[in-house]
Amino acid sequence: MFKVTIDGIETEVEPGTTILQAARKIGGEIVPPTMCYYSSLEGSGGYCRTCIVKVSAGSAKDPRPMPKPVASCRTPVQDGMVVQNITSPELLEARAGVVEFLLINHPLDCPVCDQAGECDLQNLGFAHGKEESRYDFPRRVFEKKDIGNKIQLHMTRCILCYRCVKVADQLTPGRVHGVMNRGDVAEISTYIEQAVDNDMSGNMIDVCPVGALTDKTFRFKSRVWFVNPTDAHRNCTKCSGNVVLWFHGTEIYRVSARKNEWNEVKEFICNDCRFENKKIENWVVEGPRKIERKSVISQNHYEQYNQLKAQIEKQRARLANGETPDIGDISLRT
Amino acid sequence: MQLSGKSIVVSKKEMSFLEKLYLPAILGGLRITLKHLFRKKATINYPEEKRPFSPIYRGMHVLKRDEHGAERCTACGLCAVSCPAEAISMEAAERKPGEEKSFREEKYAAVYEINMLRCIFCGLCEEACPKEAIFLTDRITPSDFQRNSFVYGKDKLVEPVDADKRVDVTKRQSTAVLDFKTNTKLAHNK
Repeated sequence: MFKVTIDGIETEVEPGTTILQAARKIGGEIVPPTMCYYSSLEGSGGYCRTCIVKVSAGSAKDPRPMPKPVASCRTPVQDGMVVQNITSPELLEARAGVVEFLLINHPLDCPVCDQAGECDLQNLGFAHGKEESRYDFPRRVFEKKDIGNKIQLHMTRCILCYRCVKVADQLTPGRVHGVMNRGDVAEISTYIEQAVDNDMSGNMIDVCPVGALTDKTFRFKSRVWFVNPTDAHRNCTKCSGNVVLWFHGTEIYRVSARKNEWNEVKEFICNDCRFENKKIENWVVEGPRKIERKSVISQNHYEQYNQLKAQIEKQRARLANGETPDIGDISLRT
Repeated sequence: MQLSGKSIVVSKKEMSFLEKLYLPAILGGLRITLKHLFRKKATINYPEEKRPFSPIYRGMHVLKRDEHGAERCTACGLCAVSCPAEAISMEAAERKPGEEKSFREEKYAAVYEINMLRCIFCGLCEEACPKEAIFLTDRITPSDFQRNSFVYGKDKLVEPVDADKRVDVTKRQSTAVLDFKTNTKLAHNK
């Protein structure tokens, strides 16, 4: 086992673990943000540089610091490695620079974009980005494209993370889309306007960290904070059938795969579940999905109000028994 | 407990002969009534006469158009989510080719409704709007007899296209906002 220290917190991990995975094992604020790395897609990561960390001691044997910030998703840990993420001001400055680069060509059309509210780039920009842009040249412009009748591509919003390409490579039988051209004119595209319509292709919507690939069946229907996410499942021969239904009243507006705490899908779902089953009879509803309190999606959701009420009752009971109220036990923090 | 210190202890003593007549009290009351007849009236003849309003009075909403007459609202839903009274609801639609003159953005509000009975005129919608589309104005929401007529749709909220019938909101935009709008270093002003 290798001993690694991240922001002063020590942990032991298997040899071959990356710094990012070690940080995720610790959890909390010290985990570097990721835009292209996706744990359930092989070979992802290394493109966006948002997960950079400062390695202030390479290993116990060779404690020299690494000369540049390294991408934590691609760098394996060494025994005795000391890593700095949020404790290093120059690293945060460097990451703000990365965010500025990612936003150079981004249209910032969040009020129009369907991804707003659950967008990784929006969160990242809010957390690290600067208000002003120093880029004076025109942004790249692309026409919006339909790739298949269910998926809409807005190339202007794309940050070229390659996640959707990995989805096509690893989940679908034959890849029909990829990244065309190079450099500033690189774009996601299908080979000569071919439709993307194989069984698992809809997962590229979920893996897209920005609003470049969006669900056409949900297009402009509502905003994510006006729909209620609900866990549900059905018997499906093609996938696990475990999904999140996004309800507006009793109507299902959207079906998506379940994302974990790092905003990554572990069980990919098929297009039948995603696009074809939008009737409540087709699903077994499990209950409301837990949404992070800081997310805008949890706006106007009253299950938290019930939690708060239960918490108040509990503290009142403690007071009645002559005990002191337990401030540390507030389960609403997550 | 005394809050104002102005309370008077009520005495239940026997009334004198003059007090039992009640006439001085009645005349005193009449004197006050007569005095008020010659005072300045507290009411005005609305709508012929109008009171001066504060330039940032929070009255009936307006959905603004831009300088070319296209609707600014893009149905982003930020006004509705910020609304503490949950008075705003909307439905979005996609702009078709050829409608660029009517709608500024790719998406627009096909239905936009404010329930004026729910609205508390706090102005949070105005503050939340990223497109400078919704403003509260110094106009008053007229009264009515039916509850459902207080749900204002786009027909009542969107300002007219004619330049002389537009609703002026320049006074509501503080210098800080104007600076923010014209700062070309901010990405959305490019």
